[in-house]
Amino acid sequence: MARFVMVIDTSKCVGCMDCVVACKTENKVPEGFNRDWIVQDVIGSYPTLHLEIRSERCNHCDAPPCVYCCPTGASHVHSLGGVVLVEHNVCIGCKACLASCPYDARFIHPDGYADKCTFCIHRVEKGMDPACVSVCPTRCMYFGDVDDPNSVVSKFLASRKYHSLIPEAGTKPQVFFLA
Amino acid sequence: MNSISRRRFMKISAATISLAAAGCALKSGTSSLGTKEKRKGIQKIPTYCDICFWKCGAIAYVKDGELWKIEGNPDDPLSRGRLCPRGTGGIGAHTDPDRLRTPLIRKRDRGEEVWQEVTWDEALGHIADKMQKIKSEYGPEAMALFSHGIGGNFLKHTLNAYGTPNISAPSFAQCRGPRDVGFRLTFGEDVSSPERTDIKNARCLVLIGSHLGENMHNSQVQEFADAIQNNASIIVVDPRFSVAASKAKWYLPIKPGTDLALLLAWMNVIVKENLYDKEYVTKHGFGFDQFAAELLPYSPEWAYTETGIEPDVIRETAREMGRYKPATLVHPGRHVTWYGDDTQRSRAIALLNALLGSWGRKGGFYYPISMDVPAYPYPAYPKPAREKVDNPNQKYPFAHETITTGIREATLTGQPYPVKGWFVYATNLIHALPNEEETIKAIQNLDLLVVVDVIPSEIAGWADVVLPESVYLERHDDLNVEWFRDPFTALRQPVVESPQDQKPNWWIAKELAGKLGLGSYFPWNDVEEYFKHRLTAAGLDYDELKKKGVIRGKKQPNYFEEGVPVEFPTPSGKIEFYSLQLQKAGFDPVPKYTSPEQNPPGSFRLLYGRAPVHSFSRTQSNRILSDMMSENEVWVNSSIAGRLGLQNAQYVTLKNQDEIVSNRVKVKVTERIRPDCVYLVHGFGHTSRGLRHAFRKGASDAQLLTRYNTDPLMGGTGMNNNFVTIEPAEA
Repeated sequence: MARFVMVIDTSKCVGCMDCVVACKTENKVPEGFNRDWIVQDVIGSYPTLHLEIRSERCNHCDAPPCVYCCPTGASHVHSLGGVVLVEHNVCIGCKACLASCPYDARFIHPDGYADKCTFCIHRVEKGMDPACVSVCPTRCMYFGDVDDPNSVVSKFLASRKYHSLIPEAGTKPQVFFLA
Repeated sequence: MNSISRRRFMKISAATISLAAAGCALKSGTSSLGTKEKRKGIQKIPTYCDICFWKCGAIAYVKDGELWKIEGNPDDPLSRGRLCPRGTGGIGAHTDPDRLRTPLIRKRDRGEEVWQEVTWDEALGHIADKMQKIKSEYGPEAMALFSHGIGGNFLKHTLNAYGTPNISAPSFAQCRGPRDVGFRLTFGEDVSSPERTDIKNARCLVLIGSHLGENMHNSQVQEFADAIQNNASIIVVDPRFSVAASKAKWYLPIKPGTDLALLLAWMNVIVKENLYDKEYVTKHGFGFDQFAAELLPYSPEWAYTETGIEPDVIRETAREMGRYKPATLVHPGRHVTWYGDDTQRSRAIALLNALLGSWGRKGGFYYPISMDVPAYPYPAYPKPAREKVDNPNQKYPFAHETITTGIREATLTGQPYPVKGWFVYATNLIHALPNEEETIKAIQNLDLLVVVDVIPSEIAGWADVVLPESVYLERHDDLNVEWFRDPFTALRQPVVESPQDQKPNWWIAKELAGKLGLGSYFPWNDVEEYFKHRLTAAGLDYDELKKKGVIRGKKQPNYFEEGVPVEFPTPSGKIEFYSLQLQKAGFDPVPKYTSPEQNPPGSFRLLYGRAPVHSFSRTQSNRILSDMMSENEVWVNSSIAGRLGLQNAQYVTLKNQDEIVSNRVKVKVTERIRPDCVYLVHGFGHTSRGLRHAFRKGASDAQLLTRYNTDPLMGGTGMNNNFVTIEPAEA
């Protein structure tokens, strides 16, 4: 069984938003909405500062509250790689999933359904990287199967310090940030 | 194999002008795409980007006849298969609903933006009549062209054929000019564009105000990420804690305007502690002993009082540079028109690199190469009867390109001779030149102002005639044969058709030439004929280029150690530590430091820079990019915000020393900037009503740059000399 994860090297990320733009064009995300976004965390006071820049998105959690709370089954875990997806035609736009997501990763598409990052499953199924990963000019983003010990993502997680977002929420997020 | 020419730097400006030109019969501006019928399925068409001037190789995806997305071309050396966010968002330029659609002729007073839509024939006929009148009354030199980017090549050709030498770009006097002059005076050569900086191989990288990562020059940012990955020792000098600063081992929070003091102190330490590359300096240097003697007063303790950087930090960072020499790259920057002493500061950067032996060495400055694609054999241009108007009596003796602000000055004063017509191509002079009022006054002296643009920019609002150009995804442009690590030739070709009556610049230039009676300067019918002619002469195949988008040449040596001949085209033939040509012209042969003007009480120095998702003032109406960033913010240090009672995201206005008040702008309360300055991303605060989406969003730094200090060596306009106060504004 494959388990897809994303690993992002914050030491290289410059926060240029190419990942956000690429997602927008690849997936025709409507104006005013984004499926991924950049966060800049500043710690310290001038001039002794630390800045962590993160490209964030749906964490495709192993314990996804959005799936658990969905009354119609539209939010589901895909058979390939544990990716969390929304079946647009089954979604009634009730926003239960929006409320349940600790990462604020979802929005209601103007066409009425809950929308979010899909890990570009349509590309992954063809053996390609998600659009955000494939365009990143700093090559700071990696995608792969964490169940495969030889994958790039497994190697990074075995050798580098990393963290995930709001682990205390218990959702088992699958996007990891290298320090 | 194609013949490759190396190091034609001194020829570059002449060459790019004569590369120009193209032409085609009236039938169509939009190429061989031809048919209106939309093809089913996905087509991948290679081209190169124009969202900035970097010209990254791209592949556009057209799905069922609609532009879907644009990716980097993996064969292209500039993009290395990946575009920056602006390039990725380039389709927003094609779909922008605020684009110029048809040619326009002004109907009311200049600047009122009241127009009549006309045909291309009428518009070009009107322009040609006015240009002929200017020629007969004042001579052809009374026409000037302001042009930015490779798209302007064709119009340059027409204007050269018309007989004017007054062709300029803001990239010299408002941007990189001082840097290139400073390096020429030292090494005899420019830093060039794309910069010949070997960032990826640098073991120590020094950035002085360069904000790579926010400034998205694609290859440089990619190499910056390589340098981070390689654990290069990064030193960042900036009054603002930039993204680059967050990647640095040392961040030096310098007081604005004192960089030269730091550079002199660094050199003082490097010479005093024998950290420099002695063999390199002895072999290639001229006047080292005199140079070293001049450095004596500039101790780190002295520099501390100017810069606020601790003496120990100055010493430690100097030693770090020495440790990794010659793979220490002190980056020369790009937009360096800061204080008016910019050429001497840039020369100090060149001298520091010279001490470290990094010029011509791996991890320093490489030797770039271009593919030898001969220019089209045009008839010779008429020789202008008068010298260029921008720099009378060589007032700025080291200006090797035309000074935009010099043309503006001549237009205002009529001296040394009147300028009566401006052609403006793809550069929004209202945002690009300092002191908007001078630009607008100069425009009042014109008999003709023509603007070629894709969007209704502010300068288009002042025009007599506006010509709507096809965006880069809809047009051919000249071949890109720029210098880089290895030689290449790239093609820009149409991917989709223009949505309305827009035309490519090569067509506009050719048609205008025809109406001016200069048709013989366009001896072929179609721009593709022009490409084929040049490529055949270079032994290259046009069909292959069309298919691949880029043709690469053979790898060539980039460094002295790889066999690049060691030559310095300076007067002494060596690296000029001490410059006799500067001395002869009455300037300091070794840079000397002068303290910058202090902030008036209660005010903040206005600094400006770039955001990764915007280019100049030309992308704010691109709906994809504006979705990333729709307005700018003014960065204010937290302690200052506290004292002034300002909240994050609150709207304020900025008022400068000349009582100019900005549009309202949000405050970004942040620890990431010194308390004595504020910062704006350039390009916002549009006042053109046609830019419906960007109109009055954020503040324009350019509007507040009423004061500028002119660089006495080359006429560059130092623009970081403006001070603002902050007033709350209504939400």
